[in-house]
Amino acid sequence: MDWSYWSALLPDLWQATQDTAQMVVISTIFTIIGGLLLGILLVITDRDGLVEVRWLHAILGFIVNVGRSLPFIILLVAITPFTRLLVGTTIGTTAAIVPLTIAAIPFFARLAESSLREVDNGVVEAARAMGCNGWQIIVKVLVPEALPSLILGVAVTIISLIGYSAIAGAVGAGGLGDLAIQYGYERFDTGVMVVTVVLLVVIVQIIQFAGSWGAAKIARH
Amino acid sequence: MITITNLSKIYGQKEKTIVALDTVSFNVPQGEIFGVLGQSGAGKSTLIRCINLLERPTSGSIHIKEQEITALKGLALRKERQRIGMIFQHFNLLNSRTVADNVAFPLEVMGYSRSARQARVGELLELVGLDGRARAYPAQLSGGQKQRVGIARALAAKPDVLLSDEATSALDPQTTLSILELLRDLNRTMGLTILLITHQMDVVKQICHQVAILEAGKLIEQGRVSALAAQPDSRLAQTLFPHPESYRPRAGATVVTISFTGDATDEPILSNLIRNFDINVNILSGNIENFGDLRLGQLQVELVGGQIEAAIDYLKKLGLRVEVNR
Ligand SMILES: Nc1ncnc2c1ncn2[C@@H]1O[C@H](COP(=O)(O)OP(=O)(O)O)[C@@H](O)[C@H]1O
Ligand SMILES: [Mg+2]
Repeated sequence: MDWSYWSALLPDLWQATQDTAQMVVISTIFTIIGGLLLGILLVITDRDGLVEVRWLHAILGFIVNVGRSLPFIILLVAITPFTRLLVGTTIGTTAAIVPLTIAAIPFFARLAESSLREVDNGVVEAARAMGCNGWQIIVKVLVPEALPSLILGVAVTIISLIGYSAIAGAVGAGGLGDLAIQYGYERFDTGVMVVTVVLLVVIVQIIQFAGSWGAAKIARH
Repeated sequence: MITITNLSKIYGQKEKTIVALDTVSFNVPQGEIFGVLGQSGAGKSTLIRCINLLERPTSGSIHIKEQEITALKGLALRKERQRIGMIFQHFNLLNSRTVADNVAFPLEVMGYSRSARQARVGELLELVGLDGRARAYPAQLSGGQKQRVGIARALAAKPDVLLSDEATSALDPQTTLSILELLRDLNRTMGLTILLITHQMDVVKQICHQVAILEAGKLIEQGRVSALAAQPDSRLAQTLFPHPESYRPRAGATVVTISFTGDATDEPILSNLIRNFDINVNILSGNIENFGDLRLGQLQVELVGGQIEAAIDYLKKLGLRVEVNR
């Protein structure tokens, strides 16, 4: 084992980890906001929903399906003009956040939709009987009651985002995926590739564990 | 208090329609417990859900006090719903909230301050016998305790009426009794008007002052529980006291079915039959219920030897219905 080689690499690894974390954290925040809103809209506009608007439900459902069916690498390339418009550049971690968020919103929206649908209709009915308006039912009943399931969905979404971010890395966004490709694929340095992969696996495990733990803690009662 | 006039509810459109309620009318007086009894699919839930407009009736009207409910919508409807408490078969508590926060929920919706909510929640939990469980979550409670939380929540906003949709149907008999006792106490002490729907005759028998029987969307009978029970040909009486199987009398014996319809009698009739008419009495079946001061039901006995005819006359003179089978 060549220690000077590894210690020279350490700053790169650390930088890549930070880049991945930055991309994933920021796009997760936007994804939760956008996906939850979209998931709520999908539920309440559906048949027998709180505010049934079938045409809106159909349109939103269609958009979500299109978003879900595009491979990430294609989406990444296809929206570059939009990305440039939004953040002024198409390379680097900031630019990667745009396609990451756009890819993850429909994904999380579907997960959020199914979590919200699991909420017992009887509880919603009880809330209506107590005089709740639609907004109160969403924020006081649907979301809190679906929270454990939503948290699991967030964990799954973060893990997907880590996967996507590695792909984004390949087109110059930096991060662990980029590092693995630079060293492992372009320079045939399998040592670095193995280290990055191990790092990614550990991060994914931690997030899944944290998500399951958080969901279980809330759901216990 | 609640006046329902020609209420109809038709589900579906065009060819495929289900008439869930067919011109139902009745009146629930202030301070009474009114039961609607019916089998599964009779339209009971539809009826009770129409009263707070969880379901819009197809036609007919509902008044609570002077307010025409079916004319309400939007904010006015939501305000009116806050004056109507409701409890459910499956309790419908929020699993994400503690007992105290569940009970506080309607107050929160109405905009009470935190301190006002806390004070009221304390009162309510004591009222339903759950003080000490305020910090528990619904998943940590038994069915009976969950229904107590449901009742406390329904009463939080001091409603005029309480609607109960099969509130005891998911509970065991012992717990059912304790919940019914709680409802009766609330009715007595607070003068709470209760409209309940149930498929359980026992619920009607235990706590209802009046009953209406719903069958395939139609009200087929309605009146005071004791009065209907005392009418042997009423649907209620027939359900309460199903006619006993007719035994074929043994040789030399007479089978007599005695119906108590409330007018009789503290006399020890079996002892008298034995002592005064020299008869051997053998009980075949019996089903006697007490409704307040009334004793209702049927007793089927086998009589052997002695003065049978005179004995039957004696029973008839007491005001009992006697059916003889030789
Ligand atoms: N939302 C609905 N759409 C169509 N039919 C319904 C709906 N709700 C109830 N029904 C029908 O109306 C009838 C009465 O139902 P319900 O009021 O639930 O009866 P109960 O509570 O007495 O069991 C049943 O035939 C049921 O299938
Ligand atoms: Mg029902």
